[in-house]
Amino acid sequence: MTTLEQSTEASPEAADETPTAEKMVLIAASGDLDKAWPVMILATTGAAYGMDVTIFFTFWGLGILKRQDAGITGEDWRQRMMSAFTGGSTDGLKLSKINFGGLGAKFMQDLADEKNVASVQELLELAQEMGVKLWPCGMTMDLMGLQESDLIDGLDTPAGAGAAISLMKEASISLFI
Amino acid sequence: MEADVTVDARGLQCPMPVIKVSQAMKNMTSGQTLAIVATDRGALSDIPAWAGDMGHSVKEQFDQNNEYHFVLEKG
Repeated sequence: MTTLEQSTEASPEAADETPTAEKMVLIAASGDLDKAWPVMILATTGAAYGMDVTIFFTFWGLGILKRQDAGITGEDWRQRMMSAFTGGSTDGLKLSKINFGGLGAKFMQDLADEKNVASVQELLELAQEMGVKLWPCGMTMDLMGLQESDLIDGLDTPAGAGAAISLMKEASISLFI
Repeated sequence: MEADVTVDARGLQCPMPVIKVSQAMKNMTSGQTLAIVATDRGALSDIPAWAGDMGHSVKEQFDQNNEYHFVLEKG
């Protein structure tokens, strides 16, 4: 994780969501389970702090937003091959270490269930309920041949780097994960 | 101390205790109190940190049988 920008313009008012809420921007660029998890934990916690939270999903991070029934996506054979090897949806996330063909990710998920840790899917749904904005990166969608119908409902309009920079310029927390 | 609202976050892990507390606090009015009991070790620092940042005050805090108890007053 890298902190891109951090400034403290704290307004310590006891308000839940005001029009002047502080902003948090998370760039979710990874399809790894162990990266998607902290993205969703920080997003929901930021929302609990009354922050205006936006997650910008790009490259493999877009996989988090794929519908469970999206199947192999893309038109071009290279897009379809990438899709076949990377999977998608919160069920298809892999561990960055000791994934062992998905077994490692399954062990991690089983442990999380036993220890009552909220799953990435649960946190994603919670984030949507809490008003976290989910932005898919338009360019990466095009690169990977992803249609809006391949992604879950309730997302914001696909956006680009300019929109992300505009938001990060105003945000008190911006993280690339 | 009898609180106006209670959140039982026992068994829940980070970040859920803070999320539950924030959701409960949303429906409360200034001056009302919220009692929380949690077992997540992170809650010990997370709940006072969240409360301080949000302008709520910690009225009571104690541990009992590995359970962390807090009473917050909405700011």
